[in-house]
This record gives sequence, C-alpha cells and structure tokens, in this order.
Amino acid sequence: MLEQYIPVLLLVALAVVTAMAFIVLSRLLGPQRPASNKLGAYESGMDPVGQARDRYSVSFYIIAMEFIVFDLEVIFIYPFAVRFQEFGAGTFWAMMLFIFILFLGLVYTLKKGSFDWTAVPLQDEQSQESSYKIS
Amino acid sequence: MESANELLTILPLIIIGAAGLFVMMLDAFTGSARLAYLATILFSAAALAVAVSDLFGPMGESFHGLITYGGTSSFGMVLVMTGTLFSVILSRDYLEKTGMHIAEVYSMILFAAFGMLLLVSSNNLVTLFLGIETMSISLYVLAGLVKNHKKSVEAALKYFLLGAFATGFLLYGIALLYGASGSTFLVDIAATEDKGMIYWAGVGLLLVGFFFKISAVPFHMWTPDVYQGAPTTITAFMATASKAAAFVAFILVLSRALPDARADWSDVIWLFALLTMVVGNILALVQDNVKRMLAYSSIAHAGYIMIGLAAGTDAAYSAVLFYLFAYTLMNIGAFGIVAYYEWHKGYDFTEVSNYSGLGFKQPIMGVLMSVFLFSMVGIPPFAGFIGKYRVFAAAVDEGLISLVIVGVLASAASVYYYLRVLVHLFMKESENGIVLSRPGTLYTASLLILAALTIFFGINPGVLTDLLGSFWTVQY
Repeated sequence: MLEQYIPVLLLVALAVVTAMAFIVLSRLLGPQRPASNKLGAYESGMDPVGQARDRYSVSFYIIAMEFIVFDLEVIFIYPFAVRFQEFGAGTFWAMMLFIFILFLGLVYTLKKGSFDWTAVPLQDEQSQESSYKIS
Repeated sequence: MESANELLTILPLIIIGAAGLFVMMLDAFTGSARLAYLATILFSAAALAVAVSDLFGPMGESFHGLITYGGTSSFGMVLVMTGTLFSVILSRDYLEKTGMHIAEVYSMILFAAFGMLLLVSSNNLVTLFLGIETMSISLYVLAGLVKNHKKSVEAALKYFLLGAFATGFLLYGIALLYGASGSTFLVDIAATEDKGMIYWAGVGLLLVGFFFKISAVPFHMWTPDVYQGAPTTITAFMATASKAAAFVAFILVLSRALPDARADWSDVIWLFALLTMVVGNILALVQDNVKRMLAYSSIAHAGYIMIGLAAGTDAAYSAVLFYLFAYTLMNIGAFGIVAYYEWHKGYDFTEVSNYSGLGFKQPIMGVLMSVFLFSMVGIPPFAGFIGKYRVFAAAVDEGLISLVIVGVLASAASVYYYLRVLVHLFMKESENGIVLSRPGTLYTASLLILAALTIFFGINPGVLTDLLGSFWTVQY
C-alpha cells in the first residue's frame, strides 16, 4: 500500500534538496551587498515600521472594494453553475441579469475614473483644495 | 419558471430598478444632473401610475410565495412612490441652489425606492431583509451626500453604524424564527406549533429591528441627528417613504406571520407606543431647529401610528395605512418649505428664530406651511385629523383607552411646537432685511398639490378608507 507514496516522498526530497542548493549556491556565488531595504516587506511596497494610522492613497480602497464585489459575484456563480442544468433556462437568464447589473456598476466606476490613477480620483472641485479636511 | 404574469405583479419594482441603472449610466456617460432628474421623474411617475392601478387589481402571492402583491402592498408602493416623486421634484431646486446638484443623488434615491418597494411586497423574511438592506444602504449614502459638511458626514456615519447594529438584531431575529419554525415564509411562521424560547426571542429581536427603522423610543437616537444633518429634501424622503415602507412591512409581518401571538406583542407595542409618544413630543417642545423639531415630531407620529399596531385589528391596520398616507403628504410638504427657506443665503434658515416675519414675504409658502403644520397637529379639515381620529377610534374599539388618552394629551401638547413656527412666520416682525426669491413653478405646484391632497382627503376620506377597508376583508 505505502509503496505508491514513494513518488511523493521523492518529490519532497527533491524540493528540499533544490531549495537548499539554491540557498547555498547564491551564498557562494552571489555578490554580498547588504542594505536595510532588503529587510523590508517585499510585496505590498509599504513601510511595515511606524504608525498604523498612516495616510495612503484612496485608490487602494477603491480597488479593494471592486475586488470584493467581483469576488462575491463568484460566490454566487459557483452554486448556480453546479445546479443550473436542473433549474432550467430561467435561472440562466436570472444569472445573466445579475452579471449584467454588476457589469453596469463596473462601467460606472470606470467612467468615474476609479482606475485613472494619475488624476485625483472621484473628487469634485469643492473637495480638491483639501482631500482630508472636513468642515 | 416564472411566467410573464408573475413579472407583471412586480412591475413597479422592475421599472424603478431599471430606472436606477439607467440613471446611473446617464450619470456615467453624460454627467448631466438635469437629464438624470428628468429620467427619474418620468420613471417614478410611471411606477406610481402602475402602483395606483394595482390598488384596484387582484391580491395574491407570486414567485413561489416570496412576493405579495395587490392590497396593502400596492398601497405601500403608492406611499413609497408618492414620497419618491415629490422628494425628487423638490430636490432639484434645493440641491441646485445649495450647490449639491449631482446626478448620483437620483440614482441613489431610485435604488432606495427599489428597496422600499421590495420591502412592502415581501412575503418572506429573506425578501424583507433584502428590501430593508437595499433601502438602508442607499439612505446611508444619501445622508452623507454633502461630503464637505461636518454635520452631513456625522449624520451618515451615525446612521450607518446604528443602522448596521439594528440590522444585526433584525437578522438574528429572522435566524431564530427560522430555527423555531423551519421556514422564512410568513405563513409558515404563523403556523408554528411549538412556541418555545427560541420563537419568542426571535419575535423580540425582529420587533427591535423594526422599532429602529420606524424610530420608536428608545431606538430613536439616530433620527434627530440624521434628519438635521442630511440635505433637507433627502430628509423628506427618509422621513416619509422609508418610514412608510417600514410600517407597511411591519403590518405585513404582524398580521401574516404573528397573528396568533397578538396578545403578546400587542402589550410590547403598547409600551413602546406610549414611550414614543411621550418622549417624542416632550423633546420636540424644546427644539429651536426646525429640522430637529420635525424629526422629533416624526418620532411622535410613529408613536400615534403604533397605537394602531397595538390594536392589531383589520380596522386598525387600515387606519394606520390612511395615517401613513396623510403623514407622507404633510411631512414632504413641511420639509419642502423648510428647504425653500433654507436655500436663501445669509442666515441659517433651519433656526426658528430666523423665521420671523417670513410668512408675509412669500404668502403662498407661509400659507402652505400652515396647512401642513395644522394637519400634523390633527385639526380638521385636514387629512392628519382623519388619520389620527381613525387610529384612535380603532384602538378604543379594542379597549386600549388609556393609551388613547395619552395619545390625545400628547397631540394637544404638540400644538405648542407646531404653532411656534407659525407664530414666528406671521406674528413677529422681521429682524433681517432678507428678500425671499420666488420658488420655481414646479416647486410651488407640487407643494400646492400636496396641500390640496391633504385638504381633499381631510374633507372626503371615504374615497380612500373604503378602499383600504376592502384590503382586509378579501381572503386569499
């Protein structure tokens, strides 16, 4: 029984060996130029040290919101996709309508400049003098 | 699969939903607030016409019992669409003059109206929840319409946080009721055999959720701040359409899901109606800001309406529906006139002391304000009187005499704060040399129509009361 897991074991061993080899090789062959930036977080591009209540571009929020909307859309589509053949054409068109309405929302935000990162997004003349002050 | 006939039963919903999307696209591609306004007027008027014609149509259920149509639901739709249509008409002048005229307002109003329409036609707690949320989320946005105004932002945030909290109560109530009855359909909940702790906890939490939406004391804290902070015509929309929709849905739930438990929830509503009337009226007495005064007055009105719910008979429900109609007419009117005074620059025309002598400067507006305020007091021959009379009479028939006595005393006290505005308008000398501009023709015309309807249904209530009475005698 257990013999059939030998390939898996081999794969694990291979992965470990390869990873070790890369670490060792890069230490032996690579140039060593230490810098403080290299210790920072890599992916998000934001400084992980300091106040949590920092200001950053509102565009992040807009992208996040749109991500959530379309992420949730997928949640609705999955159960529909599994069962829609049993439910017939009515459900199909209902889902198409749902997707169309969400699509209109995307068109709206697009037209309002949500992906226009060079301009100040979603602001009118009044608020352009100061984005944060409320009074 | 649903047939075309079933779609016809929710025609107003389809019209308003499509209108919301259309206006949103209009905004995205043209950015013209004026076009958005015109489209909103056309679609709202169409939906109102359909809802009015549905009043005389059949009643029943569609979409496997998720939706109820005709009768009370159609009347709820008429209330919502009347509120929407007049708020939209009044909004344009007000928002233009105060520099807030953007096309988004109209699509958000339409989405909120869509939620309200769904709310009044819900026959299932999940449909009801969807309606309440669509309505509420759009209203949170509308309350914070003026992004650079501190009060408006505060109103939006407060409304959102408290509203989300109340939604939690409502949803938990729905979940518990589902646990107790095994269904979210109103009729199945009515048929629950085993009324244990879970059932009663569910009913209680559901009531709390509704009490928040109709701003009954002690769940009223958000009302004055939100009504004051939001743009005035949006306040008119929130105070009339959303409240009327919540009340109609409350009637649907009480009469269809919980008819057997009436003896129990009647006592609860009795207590909250008492608190709401007393606290609402007393706090309204000390307000110097007209918008806050009208907010507390709307709390007080919710109290009077709850007397009818506590009575819980068919006659009481139809009286409540009539009251809601009168309430919608006179509140939009009153807020519309406050909005008119408010758009003049130089003074804060939401403070009652600045109203001195304004009544004679534009007599039409002064007289209309008197009509709406007298109707709110409940003086014949205005619709407000008939509404109050019929609710109180239905409650007396059910033996709720002490509650009615409090109601009558409370509305006697309310004369003070309503008449205070009129005293300032007509009996005091003007201290500032403000010159009032002429309101637009459509603005005046819509206020005149509201006043005419207030007087017409005050003199001739039979037209409507016969119709409303017929909703509850037809069984389906």
